[in-house]
Formats: sequence, C-alpha cells, structure tokens
Amino acid sequence: MRWTLWIPLALFAFFLGVAGYMLTQPKDDSIPSQMVEKQLPEFELPAAVETMPGASSADFIGGKPKLLNIWASWCLPCIAEAKQLEVLEGQGVEIIGIAIRDKPADVADFLERYGNPYTRIGADDISQLMLDLGASGVPETYVIDAAGKITYQHIGDIRLEHIPLLLEKLDEATQ
Amino acid sequence: MIAEIGLAALWLAAALAALQLLAGALALKHGYVGGAERDFARLVRPAAITQALLAGISFVMLLWCFAITDLSVKLVVTNSHSMKPMLYKITGTWGNHEGSMLLWVAVMALSGGLIAWLERRLPIRTMQATLATQGFVALGFYAFLLLSSNPFERLPVPAAEGQGLNPLLQDIGLALHPPTLYIGYVGLSVAFSFALGALLTRQVTPEFARVMRPWVLGAWVFLTLGITAGSYWAYYELGWGGYWFWDPVENASLMPWLAATALLHSTSVLAARDALRTWTIMLGVVALSMSMLGTFLVRSGVLTSVHAFAVDPERGSFILILLALYIGGALAIFALRAHSISEGKRFAATSRESALVFNNVMLSAILGVVLLGTLYPLLTEAFDVRVSVGPPYFNPVSAIFAVPMFLVMAVGPLLRWKADRAARVQVPMIVVGIVIVGVLAFTAYLGDYSILAVLGLGLAAGLAIASFLPLRGRKLTRIPIATWGMVLAHFGVAVSLFGMASESAFTKERLAAMIPGESVAVADWQITLDGVDPIAGPNWTALEARLSASRAGGEAIAVTPQARTFWAPFQATSESALLTRWDGQLYAVLGDSAGVDQEGNQRWQVRIWWKPFVTFIWYGGLLISLGGALAIIGRLTKDLKRRRAVRRGDEKREEARELAAELEPETA
Repeated sequence: MRWTLWIPLALFAFFLGVAGYMLTQPKDDSIPSQMVEKQLPEFELPAAVETMPGASSADFIGGKPKLLNIWASWCLPCIAEAKQLEVLEGQGVEIIGIAIRDKPADVADFLERYGNPYTRIGADDISQLMLDLGASGVPETYVIDAAGKITYQHIGDIRLEHIPLLLEKLDEATQ
Repeated sequence: MIAEIGLAALWLAAALAALQLLAGALALKHGYVGGAERDFARLVRPAAITQALLAGISFVMLLWCFAITDLSVKLVVTNSHSMKPMLYKITGTWGNHEGSMLLWVAVMALSGGLIAWLERRLPIRTMQATLATQGFVALGFYAFLLLSSNPFERLPVPAAEGQGLNPLLQDIGLALHPPTLYIGYVGLSVAFSFALGALLTRQVTPEFARVMRPWVLGAWVFLTLGITAGSYWAYYELGWGGYWFWDPVENASLMPWLAATALLHSTSVLAARDALRTWTIMLGVVALSMSMLGTFLVRSGVLTSVHAFAVDPERGSFILILLALYIGGALAIFALRAHSISEGKRFAATSRESALVFNNVMLSAILGVVLLGTLYPLLTEAFDVRVSVGPPYFNPVSAIFAVPMFLVMAVGPLLRWKADRAARVQVPMIVVGIVIVGVLAFTAYLGDYSILAVLGLGLAAGLAIASFLPLRGRKLTRIPIATWGMVLAHFGVAVSLFGMASESAFTKERLAAMIPGESVAVADWQITLDGVDPIAGPNWTALEARLSASRAGGEAIAVTPQARTFWAPFQATSESALLTRWDGQLYAVLGDSAGVDQEGNQRWQVRIWWKPFVTFIWYGGLLISLGGALAIIGRLTKDLKRRRAVRRGDEKREEARELAAELEPETA
C-alpha cells in the first residue's frame, strides 16, 4: 500500500474540518477600517465658515477624546444626523466638523437651519482628508483619543440607537 | 392530488435507489454465480430504469403544479403567481432551491436509467458497481429533498395569490442557466459512478473509457455553455464593464470545468492507448468533488460573493455531509484500491500521450490555483483574519501554468501516439513560433500594454493557426467528425483568448460628469448626452440617459443606459447599454448625479467603455461547446457503426457455423 494515495483524502478531511467549523460560526459581514488604532493623519484645514475657526490634527491632542464628523451641507443623511449630533453635544462631547466640498454660504445656511454642534469646522475642498482617512462616504464619524489616535469609525449617519454606542466608545478612549 | 402523486413517486424513487444500491452491492460482494445472488444481480438494471421513471413522474407533477398555479402547494405560492406568463411559470419550477434539487435528481435518475437500459459494453460486474454507486449518490439527494426540502409541501389553507411576480427574475437567461449547469454536474456524477465502478472491480480498461467518454463530453459541453452564459450575464447585468471577477460563485463553476477538461483528455488517452488509468479515475472523483464543492460554497454562504444567492447554513451542512460521504468514501476507496491498478501502457517523452499528460498536469495546477484562491479566505477567516483574493493573485499565477499549456496545446494534436520525433513536426512548429513572436513584437511596438495581454494576443494568434494544422495534408471529407470537433474546440479557445487579451489591452474607458448637450470622445466614438429622463416600469422606476453615439463622424445611434430602482424587494440595479459592432462593443453606464456646474445645470456621471473584440470571448465559448457537441456525435456514430459491424460479424460467423453444421453429416 502506497501512503501517497492517502494524501487526497487527508487534504479533503482538512477542508471538511475547516468548512464544518466555519458553518457553525456566525457570519460577520462588516468591514473593519484599516485606520482604526492608527494615528490621525496630519492636516491643517481653513475655516469652512467665517464665524468659526478651521480645524487641524493638533486640535485633537490633549483634553478629552473628541469626535471627528465628516459631513456636507449638500448631504441629505447629514440633515437626519444633525439632531443626534446635538444630543451628543448636549452630553458634553466635543465635535469637530470637516465640511467636504462645500461653500461658506451653504455651510452657514445649514448650521442656521439644523443647528451647530461643532466647536470647529475645517473645509476639505478636495476631499484630501477623506482620502487619508479612508472614508467611504459622507457622513462618517471617528472617535479620536487625546493622543490623536483613531479608536472607532462609524460609517453612515448616526441614528438614535448609535448614541449610547458612541458614548461608550468615547468612554473607552478616555482610559 | 397531483402534489401527492409527485411526493409518492419521489419516495418510491428513493426506495428504488436504495434497492439499486443494495442489490448492486450484494451482487458485487457474492459475485455473479447463480442462486440467490443472481437474483440480486438481476434487480439492478430494472431498479435503475424504474427509478428514472418515478423521478421523471415526480418532476412532471411539480411542473404541473406550477403550470396550473396550484396555490395550495407552498413552493408554488412562494415562487409563482397566476398572472405570470406560462413560460416563466414553467421555468419557475426550477428557479428555487427545492425545485432545482428535484430537477437535479430527476436528470440524474434519467441518466442512470439510460445507462441501465442501453449500456451493454462493460463487464457485468463493473456495470453493477457503477449502478450501485449511482444509487448511492442519488439516495443522498433523495434524502436531502425528502427530509429537508420537500417541494410538494401543502399549505394548511390555500393562499389567495402567489408571491412570485418579480420581473427581475423573469429573464430567459436566468431561466436556462441553472439547468445547463445541473446537466453538466449530473454528467460528472455519471462519470464519477463509472470511475468508481471501474475502480471497485479493477476493470480500468479502454472500453470503460469509451463508455464514460460521451458522458464526460456532454457534461463538459453543458458546463462550457453555462460558464459562457454566466459570464455574459455578469458582464451586462452588473454594469462594471468586466466579464469575470474571480468571485467564489464564478470559481465554483470554473473548477468543475477545469477538472472536466482534464478528465476529457485523460479519458481520450485511456480509450486510445490504455494509459493513465489511476489518473483518469482520480480526475473522475475530483470532477464531481468540484461540482459538489461549488454547490456547497454557493448555497451555504460561508464565502461572501457579489452574486446574491438564497443562502442557508442548514442546507450548507447537508451538502457538506453529502460531500463527506461521496468524496470521502471515493477517496478512501481510491487509496485502498489504486495501488492494485497498474499504470497501463508506457509511452515516449515525445508523443501525443505526453503532450496530453503535460496539459493535464497544467490544467490540474490551474485548478489547484483557483481552488486555493477560493478557499484561502475561508481558511484565514477560521483564524479571524479577513482577506480577499482577487485578480492580482489569480491572473498571473494561473498564467504561469496557462502559457506553457497553450504552447503544448499547439503541438500536441500534431504528434503521433506512443512515440514520435520532434523533427517530424518541425516545420509547422516554426511557423506557429514565428506567428507568436511576430504578434508579440508587433503588439509591444504598438504600445505599452500589460505583459499578460501581449502574451495572450501572441498565443491566441499562434493557437488559432495551430488548431487547424491537424487537418493539413488530409482529405477533408475523410476526417472523422470527432477530429473536426477537436479542431473547432481548440480554435474556440484561441478565439476566446484573443477576446480576453484584446479587451484587456485595447479597452478605452472614460468616466465623465456631463451636462446635457455635452459630448466626450472615447476611442473613435463621439458620445453626446442629450438628456436624462425619469421613466417607470411595472415595479421599478429609473433614470434613463439618452446618449447618442457616433463613430468616426458617422450616423448617431441612440444608447440608453438606465439606473433602475426596484421597490419590491428594494434593489438598485444599473442597466448598462450595449452597442455591438463586429470589432467590439460600446458599453455605457449611467451613474449618480454629480452636482451642478457654475450655471446650475445638472451634471451626470456617465461611464463609457469601448471594448475591442470583447464579444470574441463568448463566441469562443460557443465554438468550444460546438466542438464538444461534434465530438459526441462523432464518437457515438463511430461506436454504433462498430457495434453494427461486430453484430454483422457475429451473424456471419453464426451462419457459417450453421452451414458447417448442415454440411457436417455429409462429410462425416
């Protein structure tokens, strides 16, 4: 009897083992961000609206963990998200906004109509920071700890049920 | 009543499959020696034929339920609707999991019945082992159907109307694609049964190869058609401009095809030269494993795919158990038996056999590459690392094996069996070599293209010429049909390869944000956006772009890509618009709106490709299938002729003996 003849069966048994194990595992289709656990990319953006200061990566260093919110006045989900951002601001969270490909007049109009939860708003006219962050779209929100490290990425608009989760993530980032 | 008849027939068919397995196994164990064992042996063929009849009845009953839209049957309610056109009511029978499994077992039982009824060439013991294996495989599928996915289940209260009026699924391509692949898979299961039958009785002979060959060829033709159609469907439906994405679902259909291609060629060697015995058996087992593995990957949802499928882990477990029983069992028998089968006749290094062996190894290597790439994410995910394997792995790594394979494929058919001299095929080889090098140099001079595309163009040109060389110096009317089949299939590979290489080298792409009235140039086409209008269909709304395309200043032709939104169930699809010319296709897709320009005009993302000779990919696929079909016809007619000649010879001998018997008394 030749032992080489058993190789196909052994390989097949290995496949059965892996496939059988995977069948019992719950399927997770979420896509983890490559930027989580990495340092926030360096940036220095001018003010998106005259009445407020611009934003830079240095603004995130020190103090409490902060939220970085990518949004735009032309983005419909951002309108839906505005209320939730107000709630977070009410809980004492500092939110720095990045307006993507926007005009100062439109930004001012948006803030007047839907509220202003931001302490600073930077203008990203060529989506540079968006690309550096690997953001998949607008809106998107990042939790940044006091050392300037990204600890969590939230893709899409923040809904009511996401508020406790974000607060928890901010809390975790404090430690 | 109809549903009950169907269900009863299905149970009876399952019982007969069990009888077929038991009778075959007992007859095989005790030998064909008369007495009680002989009674078992007598049962095998009738059991297979009756089983085919019953499975056929069961499937026809389900067809009937769908045709009359019997709303007390659960499957009909969930998948059909009384307002559907009759054609889609019928095709809807197999447009779902239960119905497609019933179609599968019905086709499998019918082919088993056909073998039992007509096949008389093999030794009786091999036949019994083959039919017993066939019964064993069928039994698993019957269990799957009856225990976990009964197609005839009734509702306690009949529904008022069916739920399956989804126009998205009313597509003739979608209706015919699954049965095409299933017939291919079933053909491979028949080859598997023959292989195991021959292995169990150690009768791996050229005769066995000749009996198995039409089944392998048939499976291969249907798989080729299935892959060709599937690739074209992905090309126009997904709107990404690509025709192959190395997605798990696509690989699931490619792997059985690769195995079947290898099996087909090694079967030819076994039939003609009595060599490659164990290798052919192994490929027979591998081919069915690949089709079952594909079904498992597609239905269980263990891998994520761009092609949405109704995924169900429970069914996945069932298929995995069947896979373990069939393939595990077959491989165990292989390990125990294969050493007692001698390797067969020897052959020289320069011979038709070694060219075929080389290409067999290359095909198996490509199969290994695709299998590894497909399963790798599954393996790493078990260790919580998520990876995605794509074209950067599949393309170059499979090319490493494909390039030598194409080169040998050009020479192989010119070589003689057993032993040949390289000098004899020198001249045609030099011609083909010059063509390949010439095209390579010319393309490299034309522009800066990817190495794989340039290689593909050169090999396609060489292979196209080489595929016709076997006809050289022969009287065309005297060439066997099967040889024409080979020539056509090999030429089809060249055509397909040319389409792929041309698409990859010469495609021109343009992504533009256009306002109505604006125009862009792609290759020698000028495309103008006339406007974008909302339009509505029966259960969707769409934005339709009115584009006019004119080539080299010629007449403008309307092209209307759509971005559709279905609302039941909610789904956004892009309907690409294709403009086919003999030398390529213009492919247009409408994207999102892209804001407004300075004057406040709405801008639209429009994506346009000009793909030279892309259609050749699918023409090639059709040529390959046609070649396979010709080979089947050629082999079968030759076989029938031989059988008739043998019978005539027998009759003559009989007559001679009778005559001799009559004369004998006089001489004595």
